[in-house]
Amino acid sequence: MTTQEKGWKEIPPAGVCWKPSTEYLTGDWKTYKPVRDLEKCTRCLLCVIFCPDGAIHWNGEKEDIEFDYDFCKGCGICANECPTEAIEMKLE
Amino acid sequence: MFSEWKFTAKDIAKKPDLFTSGHRACAGCAPATVLRLVMKAVRGPTIATNVTGCMEVVSTIYPYTSWAVPWVHTAFENAGANASGIEAAIKILKKKGRIKQGQIDVIAFAGDGGTYDIGIQALSGAVERGHDFLYVLYDNEAYMNTGIQRSGGTPHGASTTTSPAGAVIPGKLEYKKPIADIMVAHEMPYVATASPYYWRDLITKARKGIEVNGPAFLHAFAPCPRGWRSDPSKSIELSRLAVETCIFPLWEAVNGEYQLSAPSKVIALRPDREKPVKEYLQMQGRFRHLFTPKFEKVTEQIQRITDERWQRLLKKCGMSTTA
Amino acid sequence: MESVVKQKVLALNGDEAVAYAAKQSDVDVVAAYPVTPQTIIVEKFSEYVANGEVETEFVCVESEHSAMTACLTASATGARTFTATAAPGLALMHEMLFVASGCRAPVVMAVANRALSAPINIHGDHSDTMAERDSGWIQIYAENSQEAYDSVVQAFRIAENMEVLLPVIVGLDGFTLSHTLENVHGLPDGVVRKFVGTRQFPLVTSHEGKPVPFKLDPEKPITIGPLALQNYYFEFKRQQEDGMTNALKIIRQVHKEYAQISGRQYGDGLLEPYNLEDAEIAVICLGSTAGTVKTVVNDLRAEGVKAGLLRIRTFRPLPVEGIIKALQNVKAVAVMDRSMSFGGHGGPVFHEVRHVLYDVSEHPYVVNYIYGLGGRDTGPSQIREIYEDLQRILQTQRVEKPVQYVGLRE
Repeated sequence: MTTQEKGWKEIPPAGVCWKPSTEYLTGDWKTYKPVRDLEKCTRCLLCVIFCPDGAIHWNGEKEDIEFDYDFCKGCGICANECPTEAIEMKLE
Repeated sequence: MFSEWKFTAKDIAKKPDLFTSGHRACAGCAPATVLRLVMKAVRGPTIATNVTGCMEVVSTIYPYTSWAVPWVHTAFENAGANASGIEAAIKILKKKGRIKQGQIDVIAFAGDGGTYDIGIQALSGAVERGHDFLYVLYDNEAYMNTGIQRSGGTPHGASTTTSPAGAVIPGKLEYKKPIADIMVAHEMPYVATASPYYWRDLITKARKGIEVNGPAFLHAFAPCPRGWRSDPSKSIELSRLAVETCIFPLWEAVNGEYQLSAPSKVIALRPDREKPVKEYLQMQGRFRHLFTPKFEKVTEQIQRITDERWQRLLKKCGMSTTA
Repeated sequence: MESVVKQKVLALNGDEAVAYAAKQSDVDVVAAYPVTPQTIIVEKFSEYVANGEVETEFVCVESEHSAMTACLTASATGARTFTATAAPGLALMHEMLFVASGCRAPVVMAVANRALSAPINIHGDHSDTMAERDSGWIQIYAENSQEAYDSVVQAFRIAENMEVLLPVIVGLDGFTLSHTLENVHGLPDGVVRKFVGTRQFPLVTSHEGKPVPFKLDPEKPITIGPLALQNYYFEFKRQQEDGMTNALKIIRQVHKEYAQISGRQYGDGLLEPYNLEDAEIAVICLGSTAGTVKTVVNDLRAEGVKAGLLRIRTFRPLPVEGIIKALQNVKAVAVMDRSMSFGGHGGPVFHEVRHVLYDVSEHPYVVNYIYGLGGRDTGPSQIREIYEDLQRILQTQRVEKPVQYVGLRE
């Protein structure tokens, strides 16, 4: 992931960061990806809470959970903690 | 003293992450979950600081940053001093009318590396001076960022690169420094231990730490699949087992008065619910050598020390198990 | 053209003068740790705080490392910060000095120059600040307590200047200046207040994509102190060097402005030449020794010897052009170093003067005299011997020993 790198006159002083990490997609790290069984899922939101990467969201409009595969690293914590075993880690 | 903030899982899920996605922590990193959850407890304008360590490095690889709040990092051993400087500036600039915001909270994050050993001086100094800030220790029990070297927080029997399990020595011989008890001995307003599996307890304690007027210390247990040689999907499960085996009991000390938190209280009242330490140790490669005939005595020692510390904690909380 | 302001004469030692200057400069946060011979600065300041004479948050930190850290983060949060230390304290801060300049925090620090251990010695020499000459801090050395006072006030303006944004050390010799009573002319509070002004912040582009002031503000969040890998670290260091280059100009400007108000000037702010225009032999030195050298120069001049002195006031950034210009007619120069660079064939100031003159086609003989280590007194007769050495060099057109020691028992 490369960007056109700036010279010393162009970057802000003292190393102030000028890009949010949400522009750095870590989703390509995963080997396994979580797949949710919509019937088993009780929307308890534990997966949303436990995900180290905040890659699972609660979509208020849709009233449902959404997996953000752009950031999911495939750790499997969500699958391991799901109380109804509604998440399965499948090979990408 | 505390606002008794009530929240549902949905409330937490809806709150935007102030420690955002796109950080470069390993898959299954519990410290990342700890930071995410602590930042959910933020109540208003906040300034955060990290010392050198996993969480600092993964969240601020120039030019990217995962911090949606103002954030500063200076060095490794000075979380307490970082927070002191920020807090002092806020105080005086408000007095002089140059800061208009009402309340700005200060949160300092440090690993066990930056807390138990090299960082203890600055932490102790900051607490003694009574600065108003929350110190969050994310404890993955070794200097993980530099490659799994032992720290004062590494438990007895764990294999690290500077306390490896060899033919003669079974990993670290010393015991885990009781850092939270050391902080209680500072007579500070609020000390608590937390584990990410018990997310509600953790967030509540983080909020209490933020609200308290003066220094607060939150010791958060944070399994590291890389350093512990455990399955990345099991990091949160390990944080539960640590509590259920009483290796990492959950408690708070408000103005020095110890109080057991619900998940550990359950075990105190129903000792049959306590799990043997073996269940916890066997899930981690760093303890693998303890399951050989040569070193199995170490497991017994770990159980013994766990029991002793648990009993001592119960006494402090004014409880005791029917042995 | 401002006229010189009426000033009070106060009986202050160097430490007290420095504390007084900080008191008048609307400092927001002072985080400091006591160490001989700077303790009076910290004690005096604590008194001001206890008496409600300053609007400053005084953080009595538990070590110098934490002192510099707290000053740095307070500065990052938008506060004007000041601290003070000496030898072992400065050495303990070493790590954080580089961090402070790397974070472009305009911290001002007074250093009561003292010898570094071991063996432990509490008296004056320059080993402490010389060891930090690579740290990215501006270094100004005062000849007397009056100059220490003046320099601290000027330091805030220099450090906070948007083209500089680098921390400043004001050095004053331990005990010789820090503890010796002098008549110090103090500017009125209001004048100093107006001179230092309110701290301004440059705009930086944050991760939210918009230009915001360079400080930690919850409404305009920025991230300071990231991990810069091989692809970026170098550029940040180059930026710091740019600040140093600009400082040469800014130090002179601030010094000139201050001179108009106070009626006092120290050369052009970077270098103070004394009887140098037609001098054939000259001594270069820093700090209070310059006072003694001046009396020797006066005596020599009375005897018809063309002797002079170049006092380096600003050591970092090194005034390369100024040094070349000042020495253009001098034939033999003795650089006096109050510190050693072990194994380095002479002291740091000697190294730097020699390297500055290397590019000049015709340059003088340059020799080195290490003196005054651990607070050893160097008197006029010893300095006179240095000038006699220089005369001998010119007569014989030979340098026998490029590096010598003054007052050392062989």
